[in-house]
This record gives sequence, C-alpha cells and structure tokens, in this order.
Amino acid sequence: MTEPRGANATESPLQRESVLTIYEKSRDGRRAFVAPHSGVPERSLETLLPTHLRRSEAARLPEVSEPEIVRHYTRLSKRNFDLDSGFYPLGSCTMKHNPRLHERVAALPGNARVHPLQAPRRAQGALEVMWELEHALAEVSGLPHVSLQPSAGSHGEYAGLLLTRAYHEDRGDQRTKVLVPESAHGTNPASVVMAGYEVVRLDADADGNVDLDDLRDKANGDVACLMLTNPSTLGLFDPNIEEITRVVREVGATLYYDGANLNAILGISSPGAMGFDIVHFNLHKTFTQPHGGGGPGAGPIAVSDRLEPYLPRPRLTRVQSSEGWVYDLDDNRPKSIGRLRGFQGNYGVFVRAYAYVLSLGADGLKDASETAVLNANYLLARLKERGVVEYLSSAYDRVCMHEFVLSGAGMKRELGIRTLDLAKRLLDFGFHPPTVYFPLLVDEALLVEPTETETKETLDAFADAIAEILREAREDPEIARNAPHTTPVRRLDEAGAAKRPVVRQGF
Amino acid sequence: MLRAIGVASIEQLFADVPPEVRIRAPLDLPLGKPEQEVYERMRALADRNVSCEDEISFLGGGMYDHYVPAIVDTLTQRAEFLTPYTPYQPEVSQGTLQVMFEYQTAISELTGLPVSNATLYEGPSALGAAAFLARQHHSRRRFLISRGVHPHSRETLATMSEGWRMRVDEVALRDGVTDADAFADALSDDVSAVFLPLTNFLGAVEDLAPLLDLAQAAGAVAVVTCDPVTLGVLEPPGALGADIAVGEGQALGNRLDFGGPSFGFFSASERFLRRMPGRIAGETRDVDGRRAFVLTLQTREQHIRREKATSNITTAQTLNAVAAVVYLSWLGRRGIVELGELLLQRTDYARTRLAAIDGVQLLHEQPAVREFAIRLPVTGVDAVRRVIDTCCAHGVNPGHPLGREYPEFDDGLLVALTERRSRHEIDRLADVLGAALATPHVEGNGRPPAGAGKELAR
Repeated sequence: MTEPRGANATESPLQRESVLTIYEKSRDGRRAFVAPHSGVPERSLETLLPTHLRRSEAARLPEVSEPEIVRHYTRLSKRNFDLDSGFYPLGSCTMKHNPRLHERVAALPGNARVHPLQAPRRAQGALEVMWELEHALAEVSGLPHVSLQPSAGSHGEYAGLLLTRAYHEDRGDQRTKVLVPESAHGTNPASVVMAGYEVVRLDADADGNVDLDDLRDKANGDVACLMLTNPSTLGLFDPNIEEITRVVREVGATLYYDGANLNAILGISSPGAMGFDIVHFNLHKTFTQPHGGGGPGAGPIAVSDRLEPYLPRPRLTRVQSSEGWVYDLDDNRPKSIGRLRGFQGNYGVFVRAYAYVLSLGADGLKDASETAVLNANYLLARLKERGVVEYLSSAYDRVCMHEFVLSGAGMKRELGIRTLDLAKRLLDFGFHPPTVYFPLLVDEALLVEPTETETKETLDAFADAIAEILREAREDPEIARNAPHTTPVRRLDEAGAAKRPVVRQGF
Repeated sequence: MLRAIGVASIEQLFADVPPEVRIRAPLDLPLGKPEQEVYERMRALADRNVSCEDEISFLGGGMYDHYVPAIVDTLTQRAEFLTPYTPYQPEVSQGTLQVMFEYQTAISELTGLPVSNATLYEGPSALGAAAFLARQHHSRRRFLISRGVHPHSRETLATMSEGWRMRVDEVALRDGVTDADAFADALSDDVSAVFLPLTNFLGAVEDLAPLLDLAQAAGAVAVVTCDPVTLGVLEPPGALGADIAVGEGQALGNRLDFGGPSFGFFSASERFLRRMPGRIAGETRDVDGRRAFVLTLQTREQHIRREKATSNITTAQTLNAVAAVVYLSWLGRRGIVELGELLLQRTDYARTRLAAIDGVQLLHEQPAVREFAIRLPVTGVDAVRRVIDTCCAHGVNPGHPLGREYPEFDDGLLVALTERRSRHEIDRLADVLGAALATPHVEGNGRPPAGAGKELAR
C-alpha cells in the first residue's frame, strides 16, 4: 500500500513555494510573441479605425518571455492531482483512463484545423465520424435518434426538457411540472427551472428506490416529464423501473434518463429498453474525453420516435450516391426546438468518443460495464472485510452497480472525524477522495466509483488506506481533522473567500 | 474478486436488472480493434476533410484559423491539466484553480469589466446564459437583439426564450451596423436585456456607446458580444457602458476543431457577481496562511442550490481556458495590440484588393478589424457557392456565403483574416476570385468544376 505521510513529512520545495501569478511575474517590455510584418501598404490607424472606437487603456496582460510561461504553467500543473498519477474514485464522475491515442487523432490537422463553416462536401470525414458516433450512441441507448449538439450533461438535460415542452405544446398540452427524485444530480432541478418548469421532488423508499406510492400520488396530467438516473446516484439499479416508466407513460409525460451513470449498463440494459424517451450521454464520463479540470465535455442526447421531430437543428443526414454515402447538415426542420449553441457541437470530443467505440467495440463496451460493476462490488467487499463498514456503513445493503455510497455517520459518532476529514486524509495517502456529501439523502455521504480501468491491487491499496485512516483516527483523530498535511496547500478559508470575493488580480 | 464479493458470477451482480429491460442481442457495433487500426481508420476519416492546412482559408464567422503557438499544445497536454476533474479538492487542485483565476483576470482586462467566470460552453450559449441572468434579474418580457449578432447566437436565444415565454425582437441593420433609430424606437421599459455586437457578423465595428447609454437609461441589462482578438485595438464593452460581455473564445489559442470544443467567456459588472453562471475561482489563504485559490461563491451553483441555482452548468471548458491564458500570456500586453493592428492593416488591404475586382462591391464601408463582407456580381446564394467552389478548386477558400443567414445579402461573401493570411495569400485570393468571377458558371448542378479539391479524388 501507499505509505501514509504524516504531519512531519518532508515538504517538497516545489509544492510549497510561495505562488505568484503570471501577472506578478510580468516585467515591462518582456515578450514571447513576435508579430509578423504586415507586408502590405499601411495606412494610418486613425484612417482605419476612428479614435473614439479605439482602445484608450491597454488590457494589462502579462509581459513575460516564453521560458517563463512554460515554467510558470509547468510548476502550476505540479500543484494538481491528476488521473494519470493516481486513483480518482470520484463518484458519479467516471474517472476512467483517458487513452492517449484519442489525443493523437484529435490533433490531426484533418480534425483540428477544419473550419466549422467548411462546406459539408469538404468535411465528409468529420460528418462521417459524427454519423458513426450517432449510430453507436443510438445502439448503446436503445433510442434511435441522436443529436450530438449539447455541450455537456446539463446542456443535454436542458435540451431534453425543451424537447419535452415542444412535444407537449405540439399536442396542445400545457404541462408545468417535472418529477425529480431527491437523489438526483443538482443539475436536474436547475435544468428544469431553466426550461421554465416547476420541480416536484420524489421521495426514495427505504431501499433507495423511487417510492412508488409517492410517484403514483404525484404523477398526473400536469406532469411534463420524469427525470431519473438509473442506476441512481446511490449506485443502485431500481428494480421497479418498468413500473415507474409505466406509471409516468400513463399520464402522458415524457421520460428523461440522466446518463451520468451509463457506465454501469453498456450492452446490458439501456434507457430505451427501460422505456425512456430521452437520454443524455456524458462523453467525458462514459466515453473517455479527458475532464480537463472541468471540461470540455459533450452531452449528446438520444430520443424515441415521438420526440424526434423536435431535435435541435441542424440534423445530420446522409444519402447514397454513386460515390458512396454523402453526409450533409439539414437546417430545414420546422418542428425543431432550434439551436442550443453554435456550429455542430464539440467535434473534438466526438473524435475521441468514436475512437473509444472503435477500440472497445460491442464486446469491449459490455466488458467495460461488467468490470466497472465488478470493481465497485469488489471494493465494497474489501472494505467490509477490512472492518471499515463498522464506521462507514454501506448506506443500502444491496449489490451495487458501478458505484456505491457509504455513510460516515458512524465514523463521526464513534471516532469524531467527519467524511470531509477522511477525504482530506486520503490526499496524504496519494488518493483522490471519492465524492463527498452527495447524494444529499445520505448522512455524511461518500460516493465511490472506482471504474473499470483500475486494477485489483489499486482497489486493495485504497481499502487499506481507508482502514489505516480509521485505525489512526482511533488513536489520534487530530491527524485526520487537520489533514491534509502533505499537499501544496492545506485546508482553505472557503468562507472568507465567499464573503470577500477576490476573483481577479489586483493591479 | 468474485469470491471476495461472495457471488459465483458477474451475472449475479446484475440481479436487480429485470430480464424485461435487458438487451438480448449484442450491440450492433463492430468488434474492438487494436490501437494501430483505430489510428488508421481515424486518420483515413480525417484525410477526407479539407482543413486550413490544405487550402488558403478565409473562413471566419465566429471561429478563426489563428496560429496557435507550440507551448499551448505542450502545456495543455500535460496530464496534470488534461486529466483531473473539476477542482473540488482545492488542496490538490491549485494548478487549475490558479489558471482559472488568471484566466478570469485576462478576460476581465480584455473586456473592461471587473468580474469574469471561468468559462461557459461556447459563444452562443454564453449569450443565452446572459439572457437567463437578465430574465431572473427582473420580470420584463422582451429581449432586444441586433441582427448583427451571430446568427447562431440569435437562434440560441430564440430557442431558450421559448421556454421562458420571452419575446425576442430583432433590430435591423442599416449601412452594415445596428440601426440606431430602430433600436431607440424598439427600446422601452419592458425590455429585459439588449444584445449588441461590438464587431458584428458582417465584420463591421459598431459604435455602441450611444446605444448602450440608451439601454442603461431604459434599465435593460446591456449585453455586448465581442471577438476577443479585436480587443487589443477596440474600446472594450466595459468602457462603452456594457453590463455584461460575452463571446466565443476560440480565437484565443484554441483549435478550430470543426466547431468545438472551445469556450464561451462571460464577464460582468460587479453588481452581477453573485448572479453569474459557471465556476469562479477566488483567492484565499490556507490554515497556515499560504496564498491559495478555491472555487468560490458556490452557493450560486446547482450542486448546492439545485432549483434555485443561477445556472445548471457544471462541466464547462477549463482546459480551453488553460489554452487561452497561455496564449494571452504569449501575446502579452503589447502583442495583442500589435496583432490587432496587423489585422487592421491586412484587412484594409484585402478589402481594397477585393473591391477592385470588376463587379465586386463592399457590402458596407464601416471600419473592420479582421473580417468584412463583399457583394459579388452574381445572383443568389447558389451562385455564390459556385464561385466559392471555383476558388476552392484553385486552393483558396474565399469565405462564407451570407445568403442563408442573411437572405437580403444573397450575393454576399464574408471574408475573414488572421495573422496567418499573408499579403501573398491575400493577393492570391484577389486573383482567384477575380478569375472565378470572370468565368461563366454552369448553372444548376451545384458541383464544383472537375478536379476541385481533394474530396473528389477520394
């Protein structure tokens, strides 16, 4: 296992250097950029741009040399923990390995330097990538019609709700409410409001499933849509899924599947098979787009026949010609909700996702989900075996899917350390902590998602580290309470940051 | 591993998945392939695209073929920036958080507004986010948007406004810029927000200060869209009286990528700080008094506030912001001005050269930094496309036909420059376009002449 490092660990000077911003390193006259000569007959700037339109005060961008830029950002990068360096079991985020082949193919000039307004006839390769990815996503989701346009999961949710609105209004049906379980991602209720709907919260039953009585009570002709994550953010597959979708369908509402947890069911089940109308994919979760410290991602949606007419514009089309398939973009979609963003979506992300689909294939995708579920259950079993559940109880005593929730309530009570303390102490052991304090309905929650790309040895080491932290806390809870000890900075004054926000460099 | 779990097979782990919702047949996808075969397949697909590497491209309209310095690739490909999640654990995310802080500063400086978030998805949806802010800010029922704003932004606003029951009124253009009289007439105290372009889709620099004064007087949220590369030479939105500046950030060190991923920027006056969408990094101290950065004002956000959040956004475009901040550091305080001046000169030259072609007219005579529109002596967008095809056959992509977005300019061509388009290339554009216009075109089949471009060779 990874050796724990305590309060007296040797500090790396690089990690603990006092940080300056790039602006504070700026010195008058330094530079990296050398402007090309214009090479054209020049005219006075006053002639080209009237004085009142010209910038009067320069933007205070830094003045630094290229070596300084490289060193500054290289040193900053070393103050990050990243997936390539260690285990990152952040629940609901699917931190699986990011194959570097994808970076290589995305960077090919035939992808990276294609202008989005290039005529479709001169971008046939790009449109074929998009077509093939649409097909793969339709296949995986069991829903036949795909729009790649949304830029991230929440953007896909928003799109799905606008489709829902268009669908109902097209039928002359005014509906106002959207059902959202308590355990849903925060994006669900936020998207509902952005789409102009009202949130109705659904309760969970004692097993963590949707409370069917509550659902039956709340499902009525006012309900436009149900948004559901299955497996839920508790890592549990709702065995009543058929009944849930039946009840909702009966009142004429649409069914939205939050695809954040799709990594559990590839090739095993699908939103379409469960009876959903709409799903979004997080290509940055399930399909290996690197997270980039908070994006870019992409949130394509797949939908059932009844919602197809309303999909965002433009749609991708293809026709057979003597030279083979010809792909095009079709803006003539009278019932479409319209555009959600510029151009064709995050194409660079599509390239990576499609490369992933090609690499894994039908067999590999199913393997990935099975292994993800195996790894999660193994880690849970391993934690139980290490006696961890005495303090970190499994929130629901069931087989989990690709992730599971522990409650730190016992640990807090017995050992006097909170989930937050455990998370911070894990940093000293070289692990990224799981998601903490989510889902909200579990006290002191810890949501653990190991993913399929981790080895048994890594899972063992992680279980050992948690056991060690609990052992250590029995002797001296202060170590965890004051953790982390070895990171570039220690716990931060977050309240102060919010109270007196400093959100930019002062000059 | 199964033994440790206490099950006999992986299948048992899926016991909660009812048979009725199982997939029976294998997925209809090919079997997996070795890395080298995936590479070959992806390369073959990429080869079927005509990129700015293959032709002299004057395409713009929101995304531009700028030179991206090598250090941007080097730094953004570092695993420490490439592979982490959103910086929820600040103790081990100081790199990303400080980059966000530096990025916010750069955007704030460029746009002349005091606060910025740490990116939204891209340009048009950033405008939509500004509209949502205005809609939550007061109960007024109308948006006013200039026809000069990017067509994709106008469409996105229309899409979003539908759900909010907001009316969107468009202000016409006159002489290539937003019609000031029409704007004044359309403005009233029921206008929630106005959306005006600093440089519009036709490339014209607009004189926005008087319009923004009117908007402020009417109590509307004043939103300005801008092209960040032009802000080295143009008076920025903040100095002109805007409340919010939004736009497409691709031109700042990001690839074209056939339209994304890039980033949208969003900066605002201080009074909107707590209503802004998206992540914001703030400066603070750790328990030992060390300087540090952290995601701040999170009570605006969906994971805390759920339905009361100021936006639903979580994953945005942080890695693209890393590219932007590296690029802006590389350009530097003087470089961004020099770049803007270079673009002004070359654009002026290109305009003069193209306007000298027989039958070609400038679509407007307004100042232009890096993009301008001309009218060709042909009728209809299909005819413009045929001219473009002829030019492409000679290795020059002359620009974007305006007819679909602007039927009133169906003879229009939008021509964009970056520092990569040399005088020689501009001369070549003028020659090729002149020759194409001098050649009679076969009407009707919409196909380029034989040998046009590599797409036919494959």
